[in-house]
Amino acid sequence: MTTTRPPVETTASISKPDPQPVRRHRRQRESGADRAFTIVVTATLLCAIVVILYPLYFVVVASVSEPSAILNGDVWLWPRGLTFEGYAKILSDPGILRGFANSVLYTVVGTAISVATILCGAYALSRRDLFGRTFFMLLFVVTMFIDGGLIARYLVVQELGMLNTMWAVVLPGAVGVWNLIIARTFFESNVPDELRDAAQLDGANDFRFFWRIVLPLSKPLIALMVMIHLVANWNAFFDALIFLDDENKYPLQLVLRNILIQSEVSASGGAGAVDSYAAAQRMGELMKYGMIVISTIPLLIALPFMQKHFTKGALLGAVKS
Amino acid sequence: MTAQAEAPTTIVARRTPWWRRASRSWQLYVLLAPAVVYVLVFKYWPMFGAQIAFRDYNPVDGFIGSPWVGLEHFTRFIESFQFERLMVNTLTVNALGLLLAFPVPIILALVVNQLASDRFKKFTQTVLYAPSFISVVVVVGMIYLLFSPRSGIVNNAITAFGGDPVFFMGSPEWFRPLYIGSDIWQNAGFSMIVYLAALTAIDPALHEAARVDGANKWQRMWHIDIPGILPVITILFILAIGNLFNLGFEKVLLMQTDLNLPTSEVIQTYVYKTGLQGAQFSYSAAIGLFNSLINLALLLTFNWVARRANKTSLW
Repeated sequence: MTTTRPPVETTASISKPDPQPVRRHRRQRESGADRAFTIVVTATLLCAIVVILYPLYFVVVASVSEPSAILNGDVWLWPRGLTFEGYAKILSDPGILRGFANSVLYTVVGTAISVATILCGAYALSRRDLFGRTFFMLLFVVTMFIDGGLIARYLVVQELGMLNTMWAVVLPGAVGVWNLIIARTFFESNVPDELRDAAQLDGANDFRFFWRIVLPLSKPLIALMVMIHLVANWNAFFDALIFLDDENKYPLQLVLRNILIQSEVSASGGAGAVDSYAAAQRMGELMKYGMIVISTIPLLIALPFMQKHFTKGALLGAVKS
Repeated sequence: MTAQAEAPTTIVARRTPWWRRASRSWQLYVLLAPAVVYVLVFKYWPMFGAQIAFRDYNPVDGFIGSPWVGLEHFTRFIESFQFERLMVNTLTVNALGLLLAFPVPIILALVVNQLASDRFKKFTQTVLYAPSFISVVVVVGMIYLLFSPRSGIVNNAITAFGGDPVFFMGSPEWFRPLYIGSDIWQNAGFSMIVYLAALTAIDPALHEAARVDGANKWQRMWHIDIPGILPVITILFILAIGNLFNLGFEKVLLMQTDLNLPTSEVIQTYVYKTGLQGAQFSYSAAIGLFNSLINLALLLTFNWVARRANKTSLW
């Protein structure tokens, strides 16, 4: 129990003003050694920031540059020969658009299933009066350490008749035991027993209590769970790779993999529209940069809003380990 | 006051038989049911199915009807010419990755913790986390593009300085640096969070006292911050060793080309290829099981070590 307490305190203190230690640095006079240290610190961080941001920035710049300029190495800091042709091609490519639509569908359905299952299950597990609680907990925790393996998983999905359907992408990874534990910990420490006793006196049964009181109390947890699953589902590709055959069902990540990594120039945007093979190839390169931008932008824009929740989640997970 | 509230229920609970108690909270079991069905179907059924590693699986007879062959598949794998290479590759990329990637988030956390300006601190953190939200496919796609021998910016830079272009994705010797480097690029910022949290938990009075005694920032970092987060470092390191054979195999698969296979073929990618692409279900299941057993052994051993370290350390 004691190990589960700290994260909750951080959750509670998020809204409080920052504690003293941060301000402390500003007041003090800096000695020579300190000034040198500060310079090294700042330089290290600037380096890290450049190393992380420059590749991303370059991809954006390259996605709107003339392909031949990229090929000649003329593109460094600014776009050369500004062109949006790559984006035009991407947005008119039926394969990519279908992948995008599929990804949205899988992400929404998958997230809904995962979050609902995890919240319900975790609440039941958080109740100390659940008969067989230890047994059920063990049932879940064992799967963190023992795994049937890729082949058996594939055969089971096959047996269930889910191959080549959306369910094969959405269901096999739906419930992460780790997330279940995070949610259970949250319920245990944020839903006081007294509240349930009071609700019981008023005649509320478990369903009603869960729906009317527990869930409204757990908005930060729900936000965290939704975000974790949105990102994970959006970025997933492996289950789609092994379980889906029909290209029309491919999610965006799998379409991206086929174009970016296997270098199959997209069938419709390729040779027909452009004169020569070389030109088609150059257009292909341009489209690759553009596709990276298009598939990543939604997440990076949402990042500042999600960051707070993810930080909390990482801490909940970390303290438990 | 909680004792008052709990006392009556526990007494009642002791008197009533277990099925009575269970049926009283049937609604909780309804809530729990989907999650239980999920683990039974998608976790325990495959575990049960893993026995095909000891059988000659054929779809008609299924998991339990296929003929039993004992350890045949295991011996075949261990005696195969692939075995040594797969073991070496799996272990090398993981061990190197651990040694090189592990210190980076710690250094980042120590450095970010030194920042005086809140806004710069927040900005830095956001930038450092950003790559962990990008998908593996996109990260690997970026590697292919940026390190491309024809048009990649890295090779453009090399030729601009008079070097010869390098075919990075086609060279076995470049697979590990690229895999580990991109791993650090993508994940170091996110791993930093834990250490940052540990740093904020250090008592400010220690820094105060050290400053009064004339310690400069470097000395305070060395003598206060690092010892302060050492327990966290130790535990995370031990747990990381426990996961040594559990690499991000999806990324390895994406980074594989025919040319870099000598270093990039690891146990799990081999399982994927022989099993799902080559349809040798039982043989590859045996290899997968072999891999899981090594993992489990490492995990249990080092969990045990972690628990002991835990007891002796500050926690």
